[in-house]
Amino acid sequence: MNFIKNTAAVDESLRGKLAEKGVILTSLDFLYNWGRRSSVWPMQFGLACCAIEMIAAACARYDIARFGAELFRASPRQADLMIISGTVTKKMAPQVVRLYNQMAEPKYVLAMGACAISGGPFIDGYNVLRGIDRYIPVDVYLPGCPPRPEALLHGLMELQKKIASQEIQKVAWYQKGLKREFPIPELGPHGLIPKFNPDVWQPPKTNPRKEHYGQPILTGKKLKAPDLDAVVVAPAAPPAGAAS
Amino acid sequence: MLLSSRQPHHPREPRPDMNLPVETVQKELEARMPDVKLRKVRDSLLIENSGDLSRVALFLKESPEFRLDYLSSVTGADYLSYLETVYHLYSVEKKQGPVVLRVRVPKTAVPSKVPSLVPVYRSAELQEREVYDLFGIFFEGHPDLRRLFMWEGFEGYPLRKDYEQEDTETLETADIAWLDTHRIAVPNALKEKAKELQAAGKRAIAQKPEKPRPG
Repeated sequence: MNFIKNTAAVDESLRGKLAEKGVILTSLDFLYNWGRRSSVWPMQFGLACCAIEMIAAACARYDIARFGAELFRASPRQADLMIISGTVTKKMAPQVVRLYNQMAEPKYVLAMGACAISGGPFIDGYNVLRGIDRYIPVDVYLPGCPPRPEALLHGLMELQKKIASQEIQKVAWYQKGLKREFPIPELGPHGLIPKFNPDVWQPPKTNPRKEHYGQPILTGKKLKAPDLDAVVVAPAAPPAGAAS
Repeated sequence: MLLSSRQPHHPREPRPDMNLPVETVQKELEARMPDVKLRKVRDSLLIENSGDLSRVALFLKESPEFRLDYLSSVTGADYLSYLETVYHLYSVEKKQGPVVLRVRVPKTAVPSKVPSLVPVYRSAELQEREVYDLFGIFFEGHPDLRRLFMWEGFEGYPLRKDYEQEDTETLETADIAWLDTHRIAVPNALKEKAKELQAAGKRAIAQKPEKPRPG
């Protein structure tokens, strides 16, 4: 995906001559996207340790302000970008989906870190959602555990490329029948109901973990317990001659 | 305190000035409370009759010899045939500890009940709720025994060995019904699978290893 070039149906040499006189000719898409991508306001919330890296990216050393994304808004109504920074637990997932629904169009989602993408190290846990993309569409997946602030900036730049590639006549939020509000899952007796939203995500046909590791990884705990009452045998004394 | 004046000690070994041998505690308890059955399990004291727990804890807290005034942690454990709660006690005043107490409840006792330590140590309140939430051990006398991490309405106790975890890739009839009310199209393959499960009277359970993992 590349930035849309500053194109207009005008001869390039003529454009150059005009530019010398202080007149810029360009397409509306370019101008519109230039404005949007240069002020992506993220929503101010953090879910886990990735949020610490996000905070670091906002501080002076990494300085997300260079990309115009320094204004972390505490309200979903004023935010353009939702950075899912960390583990989404099943208990937290309804609130995350609700916040996404409350954001105004156009809105983007950046899933930051292994947990937000797939559940990460907690994928077999009883309490962790296996990726936020089960309920809301994700624009940028940013792997890492946690991703370094530079990686977050890279993810932001990829998002800027995506924004720059959109055309004002074709973008989803000006189309009729746009469905960008997703129902909020409920907390059921064994987990979330529904387990995923088939509109957004469907289980893969093959088991990717089996393909990758050569065998399916089974969830579950060890079915045995240590015997605490077992007599602990002291290590045998070294033979008398060994010391000398 | 100057750094140089500290006694060097191996990080794995308890600091010699903090060490309170479990035998000392056991001896004193046996002398003061001859009716309490105690057994040494590794480096801890097992209280055979769970009803004695509050008495023992109160004694250890108030006795001028030990002054174990700080309950550091309440832990649950599942040993298949019995559930166990473990208490770590420290003395802030005497800079001593830990003294580890254990209480066992057989799995056959349903519901599994253990007396609460909240009347003795206020810090037990949150931790007992956690143990109740994840192991299903009911603490008798706890002022506010609710789930802590999982939500109200959650069924089962997830850290028990026999807990059956849901398979999050397979939809069940409850999910299908929910999606239907929200007018979300569900692929037929997923619907049929849910119907099969319902006909068999089963839930979608995550696959578990057949044998225990080694080690």
